[in-house]
Amino acid sequence: MDQYLQWKEILASGGDVTAWQSFYVKFYQAFIESDRWLQYVKGVGTTLYVTAMALIIGIILGVIVAVVRTAHDQQRPGHRNPVLGIVNAVFKVYVTVIRGTPMMVQLMIMGFVVFATSRNFTLVGGLSLGINSGAYVSEIIRGGLMAVDSGQMEAGRSLGLNYIDTMRFVVVPQAVKAILPALGNEFIVLLKDTSLISVIAGKELLYAARGVISRTYEAMFPLLGAAAIYLVLVMIFTWLLGIFERRLRASDRR
Amino acid sequence: MIDVKNLCKSFGDHLVLDNISEHIHPGEKVVIIGPSGSGKSTFLRCLNMLETPTAGTITFDGVDMTDPKTDINRMRQRMGMVFQHFNLFPNMTVLRNITLAPVRTGFMTKSEAEPWAMELLGKVGLEDKAAAYPAQLSGGQKQRIAIARALAMRPEVMLFDEPTSALDPEMVGEVLAIMRKTAEDGMTMVVVTHEMGFAREVADRVLFMDGGIIQEQGTPAEIFGNPQNPRTQSFLSKVL
Repeated sequence: MDQYLQWKEILASGGDVTAWQSFYVKFYQAFIESDRWLQYVKGVGTTLYVTAMALIIGIILGVIVAVVRTAHDQQRPGHRNPVLGIVNAVFKVYVTVIRGTPMMVQLMIMGFVVFATSRNFTLVGGLSLGINSGAYVSEIIRGGLMAVDSGQMEAGRSLGLNYIDTMRFVVVPQAVKAILPALGNEFIVLLKDTSLISVIAGKELLYAARGVISRTYEAMFPLLGAAAIYLVLVMIFTWLLGIFERRLRASDRR
Repeated sequence: MIDVKNLCKSFGDHLVLDNISEHIHPGEKVVIIGPSGSGKSTFLRCLNMLETPTAGTITFDGVDMTDPKTDINRMRQRMGMVFQHFNLFPNMTVLRNITLAPVRTGFMTKSEAEPWAMELLGKVGLEDKAAAYPAQLSGGQKQRIAIARALAMRPEVMLFDEPTSALDPEMVGEVLAIMRKTAEDGMTMVVVTHEMGFAREVADRVLFMDGGIIQEQGTPAEIFGNPQNPRTQSFLSKVL
């Protein structure tokens, strides 16, 4: 502590310091002084909270959109359901708009236009990310459902199972296994994209780092620190996904 | 039992079934032969509405299958189907493959379905595979399981769509043996196959299809011994 104050003073007065001393001062400033590390920890908490919220919204939206769009495409000719047709059209517009506009623009529209009066930036951010993620997840799931051999659906239906049961017990479990790597990738993108909510003042990890920068006028350590934390989070995520994938592969045993 | 009237099916501009009328009687074993692309698989798949006919009607036990108001799931529960590529569910064990439909359709409880599935596995000689996953089985074993799965719903008709065409030659016999056993139990069967020996031995009636039309039909002795239609003659001269 005393060492820090002493070296800081030399540094501030433009005196001669060694590289080590400069490193020590900047590091101390970025993480330890006034318990700044607590801000990063809080930021990580918000990052994880927003990721989880966006993940849940994204999966729910994605599954609904994917199932409706697949069911619509798989109707027997001459037996088309008009309600399904309308819902399918709405979902198609949703996917097109979300995939066709930048995440940042969507966030700003949600934060400054749609929910301009809301002060709960974290919630608005999570909601925007979830809506965004849902469009991508729905396409991933739709691809997975279509990749399951059509003979599986035929076998289920030939036994007298209805469409929903065949989907639930036969097609979806096989699709999930096939899409897990792509879905994992989407979740990693989502985790990192939470950093964007700092533009609408969502108080996540990058927001915390920027707060420290504005206090200390030193950018390197807060940003490198934030990057390292994101990296560790993604690595933990990847590891958990690997465990889950291995478990799903039980039926591939020969 | 199954009455087909003026059945037509086309894929786009391509006419696959050209105005077919046919009747399948209870207990009858009908074998359909013909060159590939002749429409025999499509005909079979129309019988349980896996393909929607373009025109015509299919009546099963007095119920019009082509009527959109018909509960197609109920009707399909009474018709078993065996596929060329087995189509076992790879994500579940053999036992679950067999019990899934009876339990989910409310046909049996789980505690009834499991002993019943074991009995069927005994019938096809694979009791020891109940806990295995499909990926662990040979092609012949998979097809025998697929037959057991179709029989689990106690169907009144069994439809076989080239059940041995995807098998290694040494596994064809075991599957045909199970089919023969099923036939001996009095099951109504419609079989699309290239196994002429099986047709000759098991069929009550053989249909020869080509160009979307049933060109000729008769007892195995008539079709194989004394075919009348020149197309039948030319087809049989190539495969026999």
